[in-house]
Amino acid sequence: MAVAQPTIGTQARVAQSNPRRRIRWGNIIVNVALLLICVVWTIPTLGLLISSFRTREDILTTGWWTIVPHQDFVTASQLTITPGNQLTGPVDVNGVSVTDDQLRAGLVLPNGQQLVWANRRSGLVNIQEKQIVSNANFSFDNYSSVLTGQQYTYTAPDGTTTVDQGSDMGSAFLNTLVVAIPATVIPILMAAFAAHAFAWMRFPGRRILFGIVVALLVVPIQVALIPVLLDFNALHINGTFLAIWLAHTGFGLPLATYLLYNYISQLPRDLFESAYIDGASPFTVFTRLVLPLSTPALASFAIFQFLWVWNDYLVALIFIGATPGRQVLTMKLADIVGSRGQDWHLLTAGAFVSMIIPLVVFFSLQRFFVRGLLAGSVKG
Amino acid sequence: MERTTELSPSPPAPPAEGTANMQRFFIALLGLAVLFYLLWLGFDFLKTTTAPQIVIALFAIVWGVGGVALLFTLANVLVESLSNKWRDRIQPYVFVGPAVFFLGVFLFVPALQTLWQSFFDASSTNFIGLDNFSAVFTNRLMQQAFVNNLIWLVVGTGLCVIFGLLIAVLADRSRFESVAKAMIFLPMAISFVGAGVIWRFIYAYAPPTDPQIGVLNAIVVSFGGQPQAWLTESPWNTLFLIVVLVWIQTGFAMVIFSAALKGVPGELLEAARLDGASEIQSFFRVIIPYIQGTIITVMTTIAIFTLKIFDVVIVMTGGQYDSNVIATQFYREFFSNRNFGYGSAIAIVLFIAVLPVMYYNLRQLRKQEGF
Repeated sequence: MAVAQPTIGTQARVAQSNPRRRIRWGNIIVNVALLLICVVWTIPTLGLLISSFRTREDILTTGWWTIVPHQDFVTASQLTITPGNQLTGPVDVNGVSVTDDQLRAGLVLPNGQQLVWANRRSGLVNIQEKQIVSNANFSFDNYSSVLTGQQYTYTAPDGTTTVDQGSDMGSAFLNTLVVAIPATVIPILMAAFAAHAFAWMRFPGRRILFGIVVALLVVPIQVALIPVLLDFNALHINGTFLAIWLAHTGFGLPLATYLLYNYISQLPRDLFESAYIDGASPFTVFTRLVLPLSTPALASFAIFQFLWVWNDYLVALIFIGATPGRQVLTMKLADIVGSRGQDWHLLTAGAFVSMIIPLVVFFSLQRFFVRGLLAGSVKG
Repeated sequence: MERTTELSPSPPAPPAEGTANMQRFFIALLGLAVLFYLLWLGFDFLKTTTAPQIVIALFAIVWGVGGVALLFTLANVLVESLSNKWRDRIQPYVFVGPAVFFLGVFLFVPALQTLWQSFFDASSTNFIGLDNFSAVFTNRLMQQAFVNNLIWLVVGTGLCVIFGLLIAVLADRSRFESVAKAMIFLPMAISFVGAGVIWRFIYAYAPPTDPQIGVLNAIVVSFGGQPQAWLTESPWNTLFLIVVLVWIQTGFAMVIFSAALKGVPGELLEAARLDGASEIQSFFRVIIPYIQGTIITVMTTIAIFTLKIFDVVIVMTGGQYDSNVIATQFYREFFSNRNFGYGSAIAIVLFIAVLPVMYYNLRQLRKQEGF
């Protein structure tokens, strides 16, 4: 990375014609461009993470980037004058004549001080001075209000305090786990059996059934939602965990079957022949040979389906709906956005709570996840 | 495709003899009956229980996963106690049966039902022919949704592919490849609802007199501009929503392209270089044609994704400010207006949009050996 420093002046012309040197410059450009893109890609998540540890007041009054030490006006003292909405002309503050508009925008005096309304309605003026500040005031309070639903108190700029209710994301977290684990394992189990049969058994209807699997790969689930919902209503299971497992199982099966088929059909044929000669039954071959050998494929699809279910909003919205006590994380988070979209201290912490498991899964099992993606799309 | 596991010979099955087989058959049959009864009891318990959540959670997991596993095992024991001829006939269906049943019940039959529903009115009692479809194509909100979805399709897919390819090429030449790829790929793990929150925060708007807490407006203001309410001004708001998709899906495109780039033979690039091709020339004339198939696959995958886009729009704008798309209109017609026929017609339009891809996939399948 580092470019040779001392000889640049004398060797500039030589460097230009030296291909090695040119490649180095190319390398630097590549790495700088890559770094820039990575920074742009990371800033959104970083801002969220930092904000989730800041207090409600801090989030609403200063950007999250102000946690970095910087020069800013800090209130040194306050004084009370005629309230802003009763001001008709310039008013005298500390020997300076200022107007309402100037106080709104903040007026910088020659001595470096700034005059600005603290509270225009009650006539409170801040006298501020420039100082090095950092708004780094972190706590886990947002997480406890968003997880347990406990109340929190905050003080508005005009001095009034308000008590507000947090959100109950702790139970939504548990619900999401309850939804996601069976909705991952059940379709994989079914798909593995089916994939094995499609790959290694010959039976009437095999071609047409597998054709249907492939056709269903791209069908938008919107096409199925209404009839399935009506079926669930008729069975009185709407709003239960069972309903959403069944739905996710059905919707996840085409991709699961297809991916596992691609893998299982590539297993060597002799494997099966020697096992059958030893007298093993198809069920034994499947459970003792095929399943263990397919672990990489099973793992990649498991991660895929788990993340899909964990992050799903539409299916949960429709099959869990308003059922109390069954809400999953995405629904809870969307609820906060809808009803209290400016409560950023809850939203940032809540969003991070909903992301934590996917991020852990992603970072610990990234290799499998990537492999699953490759198998799923390159072949399609 | 590395397979290192040693081939372990499975224990030979016990010789299948008449009486032993009969015994197994009846035990398995009895087991299945008991299992169904237990599953039913568990189902009833889950429906009515008021136990603490953690208990329900654990019970539900054991019930669901264990039930399915046992069901498969017992059904196979049952089939394998039959004579060889019948076993070979029935066993494939025991294997594919549950999956096929679920596909049928949750996708295939519902799709046909939706098609049927789309010819009926709001109460789904009166047959009205194609009226729903003509309403879909003439309604102002739907037309808006089609235009927006087209923008999603073209701009969203295009940007994901371009950025994905660019990053894959850059990463391929960098020593920091794996770190950079992980950072770009990370948003793939985040839900669209979570990403919606993240980006609403980026786009946050405050009046010019207040401090800006959204990054984008803070940048605009620091350059002397006026803060904008990015998400409320059509048609630009759709573009700002698409940014969220690009942020998430570029990682997907990048990973696939990155693997494809590794597959471009070095001799090919070397030959191009010897012929005097510049880096850029060999990229457009050699690399792009070589990975063309992959590009098309990634494009169709993301294109289908954009057609179904729902969460981002619902969370960030609620489909207001003319940012509605087909899937949000579907949701509104069905769940807010309770118009089943019209909602079904919208779903069918969405379905028709993906038909070419389905046709292409099936044609590819027919070319494969064995099918």
